[in-house]
Amino acid sequence: MGSNTTIVGDFNQMTLDDKLSTIKYEPDINSHLNPDFEQCKTCKSKICNKICPAGVYEWLEDEKKLLVKYENCLECGACRIACEKKCINWEYPKGTKGVIFKRG
Amino acid sequence: MSENLNSENKTEVIVVGGGPAGISCAVTLARAGHQVVLIERGKFAGAKNMFGGAIYAQPTREIFPDFEKTAPLERKNVTHKYAILGEKDGTVIEYTNKSEDPVSYTVVRGKFDRWMAEEAKKEGVILVEETVVKELIVENEAVVGVRTELEDFYANIVVVADGVNSLLAKQIGLRGDIETKDVAVSVKEVYKLSKEKINDRFHLNDEEGCIYELFGGSMLNKLGLGFIYTNKDSVSIGLGITLNEFENDDTKPYEYLDKLKKHPLIEPLIKDGELLEYSAHLIPEGGFNKIPTLCGAGVMVVGDAAMLVNNLHWEGTNLAMMSGKLAGETAVVALSKNDFSENSLNRYAEELEKTFVIKDLKTYRDLMDIAHSRKNSFFGYYLKKINSFFEMFTSVNSVPKRTLYWNFIKSLFKDRGIKELFKDLWAVIQLLWGILIK
Ligand SMILES: Cc1cc2nc3c(=O)[nH]c(=O)nc-3n(C[C@H](O)[C@H](O)[C@H](O)COP(=O)(O)OP(=O)(O)OC[C@H]3O[C@@H](n4cnc5c(N)ncnc54)[C@H](O)[C@@H]3O)c2cc1C
Ligand code: SF4
Ligand code: SF4
Repeated sequence: MGSNTTIVGDFNQMTLDDKLSTIKYEPDINSHLNPDFEQCKTCKSKICNKICPAGVYEWLEDEKKLLVKYENCLECGACRIACEKKCINWEYPKGTKGVIFKRG
Repeated sequence: MSENLNSENKTEVIVVGGGPAGISCAVTLARAGHQVVLIERGKFAGAKNMFGGAIYAQPTREIFPDFEKTAPLERKNVTHKYAILGEKDGTVIEYTNKSEDPVSYTVVRGKFDRWMAEEAKKEGVILVEETVVKELIVENEAVVGVRTELEDFYANIVVVADGVNSLLAKQIGLRGDIETKDVAVSVKEVYKLSKEKINDRFHLNDEEGCIYELFGGSMLNKLGLGFIYTNKDSVSIGLGITLNEFENDDTKPYEYLDKLKKHPLIEPLIKDGELLEYSAHLIPEGGFNKIPTLCGAGVMVVGDAAMLVNNLHWEGTNLAMMSGKLAGETAVVALSKNDFSENSLNRYAEELEKTFVIKDLKTYRDLMDIAHSRKNSFFGYYLKKINSFFEMFTSVNSVPKRTLYWNFIKSLFKDRGIKELFKDLWAVIQLLWGILIK
């Protein structure tokens, strides 16, 4: 994620990746978001896929697996609350890691 | 951090969270001559925070009397606009007042929270950044300290100011888990625009700001509100939608915002802007009925951690500051008596009851329940109907006006049915009763 990327002009064409590329992150090597993947297999709503403002969660139907792109997390907490099975072991990233908002 | 503490890693008060609540609490204690450590997980205070947003002048002066001289403020807000958006049309009510002292200023949290924290430091607060409090240390049913990633620290009192998610208040059972109907997920985008463009588009002079509250549009029939705030040379646009709205729908938070930005009334305001930053945060919406237990032995909960947000008015920082200050004052009293029991700290809850914080939340205690139950009326149908009224009123189509009026009135009964209309009316009466009398 570059922090200096800027997106000009037609924001109608903007993708989520474009949006995320404007944010500064200090990524950790370990995920601070740890769902219980066994429970995800029987989760009906997969609500985490819908509510995450950073598109962190993606259910891979072929592999029956939940992909967690934790490096993109904005640390809002929505998935923790909304998870159908309340099965996300959700922590804040380490003090030196994670998102750094400059214009919040 | 250890060098600031005695050999047992103990201080008088630890405040967890360097937002407006925590900083206000810490600085109140430092001014009274107490040892206070403020722990913030971000690289600097504000780095993890996002809001609309505007801070309010009078409440901020109560904590930092001269803040207007040195704080990093963007613009002083002189214009408030309420935009009721249909699918493609919209009705805007505007209130402008350029003469009075400003009620609010727009700020950027990464600058403003950081400024507040630095000011607090100057007044003696020991600020520890880049440190996550993992849990509270509890001994004999009293909170006696905090566990960070590296070390344990002890204090007579711990103030929990860790924001909306408050994992700490939850850990010690002062509050239960948040339900999806009691919290909104919000996304915001900040667009770079020249000062001149902002002034032109929002009818402002330099330094003056404009706030838009947005109803409807992409959020029609959803419990959601949008906002636009002007900064010096950027414009912030965002929205918050109650989390349980996503259960029956595949639209993602940022898709609502993308659609809102394309609304014909909104697009010209941010056109040609360059996206500087995208961000997200939760907003507590539980209101009065969801305020947790505010204190226990050795611990007090302040700000968003205590759900102290008046969401209809986009007020949160002021409630956070007031609650932080009162918790700080209570800690001063408790330290003088050397009594950190729940009973002693309960003074904070009692004092808070007397202020606008609890009073306002009480005033709106029924708002969210009514909003949830009559959502399609008040966040959908009537927003569209207000616009169709003006569409009718402004139309010039050789149909006699009286016919137009009667058609409009008939449409109300046809669309809604008498029963629904009465339910809506009853909801309004209940709401007004709650706000004005109950
Ligand atoms: C979209 C949006 C728009 C808003 N608009 C407005 C507005 O215009 N005006 C207004 O007055 N209010 C507004 N609010 C509400 C306002 O932002 C909050 O009410 C206010 O910030 C609460 O202050 P706080 O100090 O309680 O919490 P926060 O500001 O959230 O601060 C909590 C702090 O604690 C830190 N922290 C959390 N956990 C830990 C831990 N375990 N260890 C160490 N540190 C930790 C966080 O990093 C953070 O700095 C808005 C909110 C949102 C989301
Ligand atoms: S909502 Fe929870 S249980 Fe369902 S897929 Fe997501 S993380 Fe797994
Ligand atoms: S905390 Fe927020 S941004 Fe991070 S994964 Fe959960 S929903 Fe997405």
